[in-house]
Parts: sequence; structure tokens; C-alpha cells
Amino acid sequence: MYGKFWGAAALGLALASAGWAEEQAELIGDVNAGAEVFEYCMGCHEVGQGAENGIGPHLNGIFGRTAGTIEGFKYSKGLIREGRLGMTWQLENLDAYLENPKALVSDTRMSFDGLEEPKERADVLAYLRQFSDNPQNIPEAAPTARKHEVELPPEILAIVGDPEYGEYLSTECTTCHQTDGEYDGIPAIIAWAEDDFVVAMHAYKRKIRPHPVMQMMAGRLSDEEIAALAAYFGGLE
Amino acid sequence: MKLNRRAFIGTGAAAAAALSAPHVRAASHGKPRVVVIGGGAGGATAARYIAKDSKGEIDVTLIEPTRMYYTCFFSNLYIGGFRELSSIGHSYGKLASDYGINVVHDWATGVDRDAKTVTLAGGAVLPYDRLILSPGIDFVDGAVPGWDVTAQNKMPHAYKAGSQSELLKAQLEAMPEGGTFAMIAPPNPYRCPPGPYERVSMVAHLLKAKNPTAKILIVDPKPKFSKQGLFEDGWNRHYGGMIERIGPDFGGDKVSVDPDAMTVTIDGAVEKVDVCNVIPAMKAGRICEIAGINEGNWAPVSGHTMQSRVDENIHVLGDATNQGDMPKSGFSANSQAKVAAMAVRGALTGSKVFPAKFSNTCWSLIDTDDGVKVGATYEATDEKIAKVDGFISQVGEDAELRQRTYEESVGWYAGITSDMFG
Ligand SMILES: Cc1cc2nc3c(=O)[nH]c(=O)nc-3n(C[C@H](O)[C@H](O)[C@H](O)COP(=O)(O)OP(=O)(O)OC[C@H]3O[C@@H](n4cnc5c(N)ncnc54)[C@H](O)[C@@H]3O)c2cc1C
Ligand code: HEC
Ligand code: HEC
Repeated sequence: MYGKFWGAAALGLALASAGWAEEQAELIGDVNAGAEVFEYCMGCHEVGQGAENGIGPHLNGIFGRTAGTIEGFKYSKGLIREGRLGMTWQLENLDAYLENPKALVSDTRMSFDGLEEPKERADVLAYLRQFSDNPQNIPEAAPTARKHEVELPPEILAIVGDPEYGEYLSTECTTCHQTDGEYDGIPAIIAWAEDDFVVAMHAYKRKIRPHPVMQMMAGRLSDEEIAALAAYFGGLE
Repeated sequence: MKLNRRAFIGTGAAAAAALSAPHVRAASHGKPRVVVIGGGAGGATAARYIAKDSKGEIDVTLIEPTRMYYTCFFSNLYIGGFRELSSIGHSYGKLASDYGINVVHDWATGVDRDAKTVTLAGGAVLPYDRLILSPGIDFVDGAVPGWDVTAQNKMPHAYKAGSQSELLKAQLEAMPEGGTFAMIAPPNPYRCPPGPYERVSMVAHLLKAKNPTAKILIVDPKPKFSKQGLFEDGWNRHYGGMIERIGPDFGGDKVSVDPDAMTVTIDGAVEKVDVCNVIPAMKAGRICEIAGINEGNWAPVSGHTMQSRVDENIHVLGDATNQGDMPKSGFSANSQAKVAAMAVRGALTGSKVFPAKFSNTCWSLIDTDDGVKVGATYEATDEKIAKVDGFISQVGEDAELRQRTYEESVGWYAGITSDMFG
């Protein structure tokens, strides 16, 4: 559920720490094509001068904005919760949200099927980027550049986890993370895609993603153990 | 019999199951039997995990006198007004209905280690293959001169939650304007190292709203205490001038009380107080003493399996143990229970056994949305459970992080209670 976003976020962070601003930047997408794609959104969203909330919130300044925080718009609990957990809109999570809104925020009210084509998403985000003029929260190159895909070494992602071992290791997690996926202040971690789970855990282990408890928990897990946990939790519903 | 079993364990769990299952179990009673004494953080978790993971292969009986378990964790938040009492009470219904655990509401009064039976106050005698003891704590007699458990209605300890917590809160609410609340803090080791100081924070929160000229006096035999820097910083910020602590350098270790006169005597000086919370020195729950598995006040265990060092057919969990570096907390008891559950299943059914891992995190609330935490991971060595890594909240963290920390603790509460009770 949350897997997609955090996987992407973790990768973004991994990149940031590696000084990626210096890497060769690529444009997000084609602004003109994006204006056309935005027609899918127009029934619900306004953007640009004088934009107001409609069925969806206005999208001015969306880059760098904390999710679910436009005054006067009644958001779903899910989006508000993500915002309170610290989710700000960046290229990676916007991309994931537009691809499949419910995969990123399981109980979002945005009833939109998503844009399957990566190019369409890139273009509409390039278009929306023009209406986000407070880039001070955004790392230097983020507004106009798309990161190169940075992934964990393939051999780490290729490890096949042993769910039985994962089940034993998971008992250490379920003191905080509920196995029925309930959220009460600590996120649910069941039914994630295994790769996303592995990436999130490595991001903690390498202290790229901040959080002392999770850094400590992940810090002593081996690559095999992380894979085993991903296999076990990934199989829960 | 005992020697045989020792030999089996030595040859590995799978072999033990293969050899012993037909000739011991089938003859006497079919399924292997586990009896768990105490349905708290350690006992409820262990019973649930054994029943759940053995999928009916092990017969689990849980003995617990109360029908409603009030968690000590978050009982301070109840005193501070952040929680209803009902929200920290949990029944054993699901453990019986969803996991098939035989829940018996009675006291265990005897353990015959040779016959491997437990006797209940009601007279029943229950045989076991493995016994798990997680009885929590009792107080050391005479630890605070002038106080014994018969005085707990005048000077509550509120260190077992429920009616004691309710009484302490009622006394605080009825305290005269500008009155004095005294806490007699316990010496190490005791249940929940930050507990008394979180309580002081919650009492201060309550009094600040209802009785702002009241005073809080902590009489403490310890030179320093858990998360001291974080608490003292928080007390200064939120409750400036309200809280005074008398450590051992000023006689905090030479204290006696008179529950009838409502006085506290510190190194000879008599203080009249309005509410007095006495938290005496602690020891393992009495049944450990009765079972003869204590050394001093606590039951020593091996960290690999949580087996008693005195009797390998008994596993001990939580506050009652002497295990090494882990603090006595609900989180620790829950963590230890899972290691014990795995070891017990391995021994009785030959299931896989992995190396023991433990962790703990203790959150404390200082004031509204001002939460702090301390935590660590541990592993088993032959001598003890040894700390591997840890962290602690820092003084000067921003308000948002403190709020998130508090919200996390609420998430943890929901997590651990569903991990205990299903
Ligand atoms: C004020 C306070 C705040 C706390 N806050 C936290 C916190 O924030 N986080 C945290 O992790 N921990 C906290 N703790 C500590 C936590 O409550 C204990 O460490 C934990 O409950 C220990 O678990 P246990 O299984 O050893 O004992 P318990 O949970 O006390 O369970 C023991 C059970 O055994 C039963 N029993 C005893 N004797 C017998 C017998 N002879 N026969 C049958 N049953 C018996 C009792 O009725 C009881 O239900 C706090 C404690 C206090 C007092
Ligand atoms: C059927 C109406 C609808 C359509 C079509 C739609 N959205 Fe949304 N959108 C919403 C609603 C409603 C929300 C608020 C969701 C919530 O509260 O969970 C939202 C939220 C968002 C947010 C998060 C805003 C915030 O403040 O956190 C973004 C970004 C977004 N939409 C972008 C788009 C884009 C880009 C498109 C077109 C590709 C689109 N939406 C299509 C209704 C729609
Ligand atoms: C002491 C409580 C605690 C324990 C134990 C714990 N976690 Fe976490 N976990 C958290 C908290 C709090 C967060 C949210 C952290 C953040 O904001 O980044 C989290 C976040 C996560 C995330 C990312 C969730 C998301 O939505 O992005 C994953 C994955 C995760 N934990 C896996 C695990 C695994 C696997 C274990 C066991 C090895 C474990 N956790 C043990 C408290 C805990």
C-alpha cells in the first residue's frame, strides 16, 4: 500500500545523499504535452492564477507542499495522515500517486484510475511544476530534473526471502506494526511489493531515511533477513 | 526423568521431538501441555504465540486471576487525563475463542517441579510439560518503613494498574488547594525505569490545570534516574517550580511513612503531605519464590531460551527475571515471550528454532504532545541478555518531532495490546 511511495522516496533520498545534483539532469517532461494531459484532471482540479478548490484541491504550489494541507479543502483521512507523517509532494511520490492513487494512499478520495503511461505522468508533472514557484523546499535540481533510477545492487534485490524465517523475525516488528494492517500512529507494513519493502528497510539500515527506532531495527538485519521479512509481510493481507 | 529430558535437549530439538513424542506423550496424555502463569505482557503473549504457531499441536492453559487486565503502560496517561481507564482494560475473550487457549481465572498457589504440576487456589492440579512463569512483581516487605500492602488504600502504589490507579487519581483530584503530593520512588531494579518520572509529569499536568499552587515532592533513593535530562528539561519548560526532588545526598534514601498521620519522614524531618504515592522496592512475583527458582529477589534465566537457570522445564518472562541488560518493561516482556514461545515449540514439537533477538522501546509523555523515547536492541550471550545498540530522544527536539513521538506511542500501544490479546 504505502510501499510504492516509500520505495520511491527512499530512492530519492539515496540519490540526494550521493550528491545527485551534479549528475546529469534530464527534463521532467514536455510541458506542452502536459497541458493536454491535464485535461484529464480539469474536471476536478484548477491550477494557475485564481485557481480555487473544486472537487479536488487546487494544485498551485504542489511541489514541496505537505500532502493534504490546502486550507478549506476537505481531504480524506488517508491523505491527512500521510501529511502528518511528513509526506511532502515531490516528483517521485507524485509520479506514484498519479500512476495509481490508491496504491500510494490506500483510502484517498481521489477517484481517478491513474495514468498508466510514464510519459503522460512526466508531462503533466512538468506542466504542474510551472505553477510551483516556491522551490526553496525542493532540492536544487528537483524541479526540472528527473533523477536517474538508482536502485539497490541487483544481487540484493534478487535474494529470495524465506517466509518462515521472516515470520519469526516479524515477531519483533509486530509489537509496533499491527499484522491486520491497522494504522494507529505507526504505519502498516503488510502487502507491500517485496522490492519496495527491501528498499525501505535498506534506506533505514543505511540511515538515509531518518527514524531512530527503524534505523536501529534495520541496522542489525542482514540482507537475507530483510528479504525474509519482505517475503513474509508481503504475503499478509 | 529429568536427566532424560536434559539429554534430549542436548541432542537438538528435532531429535527430542522424534524420540520423545511417541513414548512420553502418547502414553500419558497425547498432546504436549504448556501451562502459563500470569496473563500480562509476558504471559499473554507467550500463550498466544504458542497456541497460534503450534496450530493445535500444543495444549495451552493460561492462569490469571483477573478477568480484565489493566495495562500498567498508559496508566500514567490515565492519571494525567489523556486516557479513559476503560481504554487500558483488556479481556481474555479472544485468547480463548480465537486461539483455543484454556483460560483459567484463578491464582496459582503451588508448583511441584518434580511432579511437574501446578496447584490452583481453587484446588485444581494441572500437569505440564513446560511451565511459563510471567507473574510480574511484588513488593519487598519493609522496604519503606511504616508502609505495607495493607496501607495501599491510604498511600497507593498504583504500580499494578486498575483500582490502584483509580484511587490515586481520585486522591489527586480531591487534594486541597496548594497541597503537597509526595512520591516515594523505588530503588533499582524495578518495573519500568522511567515510570515514576512519567507519573510525576502526568500528576503535574493534572495539578497545573486543577490546582496550580500544589507542590510535588519526589523522595528518591537513587542518585540518578532514567531519561533524567529529558524529564528535568521538560519539567522546567512545562511545570517550572512545581516539582522538587530529594535524592540520596539529602536523605532521599532514609525515608519512612505514617499512613494514618499522612506524614513522610526524610532523614528525621517530618513532612505533612496530602497525597502519598509509595512505590516500594520490588521482587519477582511471589509464585517464583514458591516454585523455588529465585536467586535473591529475582529468577535468573538463560537469554537463549528464557529457561530458568534452576529448572529447565520452566521458562520465566518479564519483570520477574534476572536476565541481564533489558529494562523491566512491557515491551521487554513481550519480546522475551516470543523467544520463549519459539524455544518451547522447538522442544515440544520439533519446530525450527532461530537465534534469540530482543528489543525494547519505552515512550514517556511529559506534557500534551511532548513525548520522548529510549530504546535498544539486545542479543543472547551465554552469561546474559546483552545490549547491542540503542538510542534516546534529545533535549531541544522540535515540537513536531515530540508530537510524532507521542503519536507513535499511541500506535505502539495498539500494536502491543493486539500482539498480546489477539
Ligand atoms: C506506571 C507504569 C508505567 C509503565 N509504562 C510502561 C511503558 O510505557 N512501556 C512498557 O513497555 N512498560 C511499561 N511499564 C512496565 C510494564 O507494565 C511491565 O514491565 C509489564 O507489565 C511486565 O510484564 P509481566 O508479564 O512481567 O507482568 P504483568 O504484566 O504484571 O503480568 C503479570 C500477571 O500475572 C498475574 N499473576 C501474578 N501472580 C500470579 C499467580 N500466582 N497466579 C496467576 N496469575 C498471577 C497478575 O495478575 C498479572 O496479570 C509500566 C509500568 C508501570 C507500573
Ligand atoms: C474525479 C476527480 C479527480 C480527478 C479526475 C483528479 N483528481 Fe486529483 N484529487 C481529487 C481529490 C478529491 C483529491 C483529494 C484526495 C484526498 O483527500 O484523498 C485529489 C488530490 C490530488 C492531489 C493531492 C493534493 C494535495 O493537496 O495533497 C494531487 C497532486 C492531485 N490530486 C493531482 C491530480 C492530477 C495531476 C490529476 C490528473 C492527472 C488528478 N489529480 C485527477 C480529485 C480528482
Ligand atoms: C518500536 C516500534 C517499532 C518496531 C519494533 C518496528 N518498527 Fe517499523 N516503524 C516504526 C515507526 C514509528 C515507523 C515510521 C517511521 C518513519 O516515520 O519513517 C516505522 C516504519 C517502518 C517502515 C516504513 C513504513 C512506511 O509506511 O513507509 C517499514 C517498512 C518498517 N517500519 C518495517 C519494520 C520491520 C520489518 C520491523 C521489524 C524488524 C519493524 N519495522 C519494527 C516503529 C517500529
